[in-house]
Amino acid sequence: MTEQIGEAIEVREGVDRETVETVQNMGSYKYGWETDIEMEYAPKGVNEDIVRLISEKNEEPEWMTEWRLQAFRRWQTMTEPKWAMLHYPEIDYQEQYYYARPKSMQVKPKSLDEVDPKLLATYEKLGIPLKEQMILAGIDGAEGAPAEGRKVAVDAVFDSVSVGTTFKDELAKAGVIFCSISEAIREHPELVKKYLGSVVPQTDNFYATLNSAVFSDGSFVYVPPGVRCPMELSTYFRINAENTGQFERTLIIADKGSYVSYLEGCTAPKRDVAQLHAAVVEIVILEDAEVKYSTVQNWFPGDEEGRGGIYNFVTKRADCREARAKVMWTQVETGSAITWKYPSCILRGDESQGEFYSIAIANNHQQADTGTKMIHLGKNTRSRIVSKGISAGQAQNTYRGLVSMHPRAKNSRNYTQCDSLLIGDKCGAHTVPYIEVKNTSSRVEHEATTSKVDDDQLFYCRSRGMDEEEAVALVVNGFCREVLQALPMEFAMEAQALVAISLEGSVG
Amino acid sequence: MLEIKNLHVKLEDEDKQILKGVDLTVPAGEVHAIMGPNGSGKSTLSYVLSGRDGYEVTEGEATLNGEALLEMEPEERASAGLFLAFQYPVEIPGVGNMTFLRTAVNAQRKSRGEEELSAADFLKLIREKARTLKIDAEMLKRPVNVGFSGGEKKRNEILQMAMLEPRMCILDETDSGLDVDAMRLVAEGVNALRSPDRAFLVITHYQRLLDHIKPDVVHIMADGRIVRSGGPELALEVEENGYGDLLAEVG
Repeated sequence: MTEQIGEAIEVREGVDRETVETVQNMGSYKYGWETDIEMEYAPKGVNEDIVRLISEKNEEPEWMTEWRLQAFRRWQTMTEPKWAMLHYPEIDYQEQYYYARPKSMQVKPKSLDEVDPKLLATYEKLGIPLKEQMILAGIDGAEGAPAEGRKVAVDAVFDSVSVGTTFKDELAKAGVIFCSISEAIREHPELVKKYLGSVVPQTDNFYATLNSAVFSDGSFVYVPPGVRCPMELSTYFRINAENTGQFERTLIIADKGSYVSYLEGCTAPKRDVAQLHAAVVEIVILEDAEVKYSTVQNWFPGDEEGRGGIYNFVTKRADCREARAKVMWTQVETGSAITWKYPSCILRGDESQGEFYSIAIANNHQQADTGTKMIHLGKNTRSRIVSKGISAGQAQNTYRGLVSMHPRAKNSRNYTQCDSLLIGDKCGAHTVPYIEVKNTSSRVEHEATTSKVDDDQLFYCRSRGMDEEEAVALVVNGFCREVLQALPMEFAMEAQALVAISLEGSVG
Repeated sequence: MLEIKNLHVKLEDEDKQILKGVDLTVPAGEVHAIMGPNGSGKSTLSYVLSGRDGYEVTEGEATLNGEALLEMEPEERASAGLFLAFQYPVEIPGVGNMTFLRTAVNAQRKSRGEEELSAADFLKLIREKARTLKIDAEMLKRPVNVGFSGGEKKRNEILQMAMLEPRMCILDETDSGLDVDAMRLVAEGVNALRSPDRAFLVITHYQRLLDHIKPDVVHIMADGRIVRSGGPELALEVEENGYGDLLAEVG
């Protein structure tokens, strides 16, 4: 089994390099193609029957179905939040599909070689870019990578289903559980029951509640006490089917003294009609444990006129539940027509730490309203926010952040650095910080800057031989450097190239 | 190499003529100096040649090896072999000096249809050049010009010149703000680059840079024109008597 997977990954290596090279040649959105594959859909719209159907498709136990139904009933009483600085036509929640899976997945594949080659080819073509960096890791001794390169385990989600998880056996040897959430519900109900909805409750917000009702698949991770996960874990999300919303759910539990680094990538085909993506990520971090969660979000952003693209309404939260727990979010948001996303940290344990590093690029007609919440509950808790927003074209980019120091959170600290960069004169950047301090010993700092890409800098680069877009990419990469450096090496290169691509056509 | 004929330039958004008919020829292998009082158009000439926005050419032309320079984008001029060492080099936060140079070198190579330099070859080359110019390896890692002293900035310009190997180098008041030691280092860098197939146009206020970089020809510029040309002795004359007499002479 392991050997076969090894082979599959070798194939990918070649493809990945090609993909990354293509990316670096700076085309426009590279992932806009569609896989021609026979699909099975649930009827359009959402109601209790659809919720039951999804539960049934996933072969879930009764308690899970009930959990979903409870969420669905709640959702029906809720209204969409309107406080974000976002403008889009009303979404008709009954006009789309909530479940779509490739027909070939009706029988659950037992290993990767049972998976439809078309599906695997899709991921190869997408160049889940992780393997490429393995090679680089091997060459570049600076990072202290082992000679054979670092391994990255992948759980690949295609529309509503997980199509495969790599290195499962090897992870199991270390005691790490890494599988699709549908499998976890069946195989590890005690863990799922204990933690699902414990960070993002069913009632949390409109989109999270909808997700609780209709989530179809996603990833599950459990790292046992004292275990340092032997490889990077990752999920790769792909929306392929038309008119289908993707609702995936990720649950990560880092038990006492453990460590895991998790990467997430996502793309979707180019379509004229906008598509909905409403995901929930919950992370539970126990005493002395640490989780790094990195996202390179590259959903289709819509075309130059603002047609199509993904509406991305995502709830991500980490709960540093016990003492000295630590979480670090890093996100590079370049895709999506609409981004509504605030990966947040609850610093409940004393001396727990939360970090948030973000690059949000909005070009053409994209709108991003993104940021974080740092909820300081425990004593001596620390948080750090570094947000870099880049707006070009006619895009609007909002940083929205909450730093909250509760009465018990004595001697806690937050530092926020929030920088905006404007390219051109039709775009906007907005900063909306909310700061609540309810004790006298804590300290909160907020620094914000807004600047324009400087003509002198561009001319300097051009006089050295770079064309205008290369020059913008270089200056913007410099602007984002602090955040790019926080990314795992596997993603840093892709992210750098993405920064350039996302800003294509933003000058001149 | 560089040929400028009857060049007239005005500011784009102001009705102000700055160059009023510049004629200048710099053959390969030669070093020409342009001197002149403030406001005579020296820096404008260097910006117009390198393609900076904000200027409008109303008359005349400039060619580099027979190619019409003024019709090219700034990056095309660079790839064609033109280099301007800036009087005030710009800071680019977050961008490592090496990354900047590698991007520039490879951009030029790509546009000339040459193969890009590998990371290893690039490293070898830049270390060698930095050594010759007595540039600290630490400076290569720092963000472009950020926190550099005046001398470091100018040496960095010369390092870029050495790496890009241009055929036509323009130095825009590279001596301004330099102490004697820094000036000597910069001049040594320039002298090391002198070759029969490369030309230099050195714009300067003072004689002192020309003590280190011996020019073949010295031009005096005033009120948007070259009013006198001569040998190195012309620079000494300026040093001795100032521009007053010279300008009075030409009326």
